[in-house]
Amino acid sequence: MAQTESKAPGSGKRPKRGVPEGLWQKCPGCRSTIYIKEAQALLGVCPKCNYHFYVPALERIRQVLDEGTFEEWDANLRPTDPLEFKDQKAYRDRLVSEQKRTGLTDAVITGCGMIRARRVAFGVTDSAFIMGSMGSVVGERLTRLVERATAENLPLIIVSGSGGGARMHEGILSLMQMAKVSAALAKYDSAGGLFISVLTNPTMGGVAASFASLGDVIFAEPKALIGFAGPRTIKETIRIELPKGFQTSEFLLEHGYIDRIVTRDKLKSEIARVIDYCGK
Amino acid sequence: MSSAQTSLAFEQPILELEGQIRVLEQSVDRPPEVEERLRHLRRELGDVIKQVYSNLTPWQTVEVARHKDRPYSSDYLSLAFDEFMEMHGDKHFGDDRAVLTGFAKIDRYKVLVVGQQKGRTVKERAACNFGCPQPEGYRKAMAKMRMAAKYRLPIITFIDTPGAYPGVGAEERGQALVIAQSMFEMSRLETPIICVVIGEGGSGGALGIGVGDRVAMLQHSYYSVISPEGCAGILWKSRGYREQAAQALRFTSADLLRFRVIDAILDEPAGGAHRDHHTMAARLKQYLVRQLRELVGQPVDQLIAARYEKFRRMGVFLEQATTGTA
Repeated sequence: MAQTESKAPGSGKRPKRGVPEGLWQKCPGCRSTIYIKEAQALLGVCPKCNYHFYVPALERIRQVLDEGTFEEWDANLRPTDPLEFKDQKAYRDRLVSEQKRTGLTDAVITGCGMIRARRVAFGVTDSAFIMGSMGSVVGERLTRLVERATAENLPLIIVSGSGGGARMHEGILSLMQMAKVSAALAKYDSAGGLFISVLTNPTMGGVAASFASLGDVIFAEPKALIGFAGPRTIKETIRIELPKGFQTSEFLLEHGYIDRIVTRDKLKSEIARVIDYCGK
Repeated sequence: MSSAQTSLAFEQPILELEGQIRVLEQSVDRPPEVEERLRHLRRELGDVIKQVYSNLTPWQTVEVARHKDRPYSSDYLSLAFDEFMEMHGDKHFGDDRAVLTGFAKIDRYKVLVVGQQKGRTVKERAACNFGCPQPEGYRKAMAKMRMAAKYRLPIITFIDTPGAYPGVGAEERGQALVIAQSMFEMSRLETPIICVVIGEGGSGGALGIGVGDRVAMLQHSYYSVISPEGCAGILWKSRGYREQAAQALRFTSADLLRFRVIDAILDEPAGGAHRDHHTMAARLKQYLVRQLRELVGQPVDQLIAARYEKFRRMGVFLEQATTGTA
């Protein structure tokens, strides 16, 4: 499992010493100090180096769907603690603090909305909520989303961001969500559905090894970390330095696993174009 | 990665008794008092085995599941099946030795077997990559399973892997994609599928061949979202906390049956499958044949619908009465 930092311009979660909170931020890509308002105007992209910052799920919905068209589905589902899991902190308490910190009930939001006046089923995971990992609620919301897209014959868009993939705190039940969502996608596929999967930084582990990789069309944002095993795990296993650019969007494009690298400003229009080409 | 255990610390009382019995058994002409002593020791051994094995901790279960003498896919193929005709290669990149695939006969059934394979000798283990499949292993399994479905051959998969291999080549050749595709395809393959976790059920690497109409586990196998060492490293910041992690993850066969993730537990012989390959193979065969009898001949659409429902209901969450909107 990999962990990467989640930083949102203006999210105000990690105030920097000596800098007025929420005004300036150091870009993880080029290390230059950037004016947050300017990055926000560019949908959360560094004006100097094109680094794509983390975007919270609700902000992603605003960026991709037509204004005011999003209708949330299955918002009434809540995570629970079937294993009574406890590491240094009880999972039950972790859930409460994550919900408070992020304002989300779990790591995914699903529903429907319009993309340039085309109705779509839309899901987005948020890597800020327990690393965007897939517990039972994430698996269930996504499965219901896919099933409803199948029933209503809607194009399906899922934007993935997950540092961990499966959620350890829900044990085997988390792992089984991979099979559950994949099976739902197989049915959707058999029914002729169009699934556009959008990979963002990071998309790893069980999320990469299930729905995120199953798109009919797979887009990735530039320089996102995408892969099965975390770089640290690989390094510990094979004990050699990893090649430069390993497991980035560009690496995956070169090896033939994604269709296009799409910058954030083009994402909405490219999705709309694919929907049109596929006649959906 | 798993390390093969030569002898398990908690088995020490068992091993000592077994040693004593072996020594006595070697004497050719045994006076009555030695015979009496042997009978006594054997009874004691039986009691000690029962006592130790009815109280395995989750971590000890992992140790048993990784035992170097535990029967592997290849052992079951020779003990429970009448014939195995191996079919190599993914017709794309290579022939992953961590996954065995081929035609096999069991009872009156012709089937296709997909079995993850660890290898026993140093040389075999290296060839099998310690049971960690590369993308080729999943591609091979998928190709053979598709062929089986074409000819309506039932599929039997044996799960025994610490996990899919984490390496540069594996990432370059689409490890995440092949596991996703394999689950996706298995969920709609038009033939019966029976999956049995025989040793280690290591995360996505296990589930990649684990979507079927029946899923069972051998009693002392484990099936987990992450290895106890990996979980300890992330959540406790040290792999030394593996026993705590093993406890927390709830990955034993009893746990999975309780969570309704598996359908059945196959009891192991006293002292674990590594003590008696033949008995374990016989029980496995009995289970497989019974399931085949139930599944073969079922209408395919009914089979696939039931398979979908089986995985569909997995997960535990709360559903609040009021439907909220954003």
